[in-house]
Amino acid sequence: MVTQAQIWAWLGEVPDPEIPVLSLVELGVIRSVEIGEGVLVKVTPTYSGCPATSVINLDIEAKLRENGVENLRLETQIAPPWTTDWIKPEAHEKLRAYGIAPPKAGQPRCPLCNSENTTLISPFGSTPCKSHYKCADCLEPFDAFKCL
Amino acid sequence: MFEFLLRMGDNTLVLGHRVSEWCGHAPVLEEDIALANIALDMIGQTRLWLGLAGEVEGQGRDADALAFRRDAWDFRNLLLVERPNRDFGHTLMRQFLFDLWHHERLSDLCLSEDDRVAGIAAKCVKEADYHLERSKDLIIRLGDGSAESHRKMQDALDALWPYVGEMFSDDTLDIEMNEAGIAPLPSSQRPRFDKALSATLALATLIRPESNFAQMGGRSGTHTEDLGHMLATMQFLQRAYPDARW
Repeated sequence: MVTQAQIWAWLGEVPDPEIPVLSLVELGVIRSVEIGEGVLVKVTPTYSGCPATSVINLDIEAKLRENGVENLRLETQIAPPWTTDWIKPEAHEKLRAYGIAPPKAGQPRCPLCNSENTTLISPFGSTPCKSHYKCADCLEPFDAFKCL
Repeated sequence: MFEFLLRMGDNTLVLGHRVSEWCGHAPVLEEDIALANIALDMIGQTRLWLGLAGEVEGQGRDADALAFRRDAWDFRNLLLVERPNRDFGHTLMRQFLFDLWHHERLSDLCLSEDDRVAGIAAKCVKEADYHLERSKDLIIRLGDGSAESHRKMQDALDALWPYVGEMFSDDTLDIEMNEAGIAPLPSSQRPRFDKALSATLALATLIRPESNFAQMGGRSGTHTEDLGHMLATMQFLQRAYPDARW
């Protein structure tokens, strides 16, 4: 019989479809794994309208099925609502290396030159979870994770 | 309960669709992206409300069936949200008035005695908060902007003002929902709304119209012609090819 730890480990290998440097576990969207007669995975959406949500469910299912989990159920859990505080601390460094400023209260730092001299271009960016900034020192535009 | 959930879900569905009509047409790229993102949030919120509505109804209708297979008279949205986009000023003013109301409404619903309603509200209020920050900022910048932008924003406010009263009118259903501890009376939000509105309008140098006349009917299914035209576009695919899937 498969263990909870094993399921978590497999889910830790599934990348987020929009930000592939993060796994679904690091993103904090896997809320629980329960093993009874089958496996029940509870997943929470980041933004209610995020198109990645259905892809995430599909990827979880594919990953677990390919590892032989047959009796599998996915449930959407919306309460408590997802928050960027659930993004694991080690994931912040990965985001920065990928060119996205991690969620942070106040002004984000430029992920390229680490300057704090940044300005908001638009509160909305390339995906629902990001806003768009520009660095006034290195002049590069960049995406920053919105605090939610 | 079903009707109450339709009111919540239809507001975000209709406004979400309206806002999405800007996709590819907004004045600048950043606004295009912002509008598309806001529309997406609202459609996502719709899925939560209408999904629960379908469950509560128990007739096997899911969020898609409720969105795409009902006629205009079965919609329970506020008249405000079905107003056409017209120009960017109208679109922003409509959004601002809605966001201000919506944010208050959702904050109240977070305390609902129905856990499902409270759960959805807690999810949506964070997004609504973000939308309100943006629309407030733009109303101030454009209201207190050039002579032309000021005139357009004041025109938009004057034109949309008759649709504000409906957001705070109480009917039998509201009284039932209030007594059941599911949702407080819409009228109880009005003082907070007025206070926040005055603060923003003052900064935007815009004048609140004096009339208290309110166009009503959307919440009980009497809509303007504009909703029918919108649904004709929005529902076409599911009507012509029922159960079509991606």
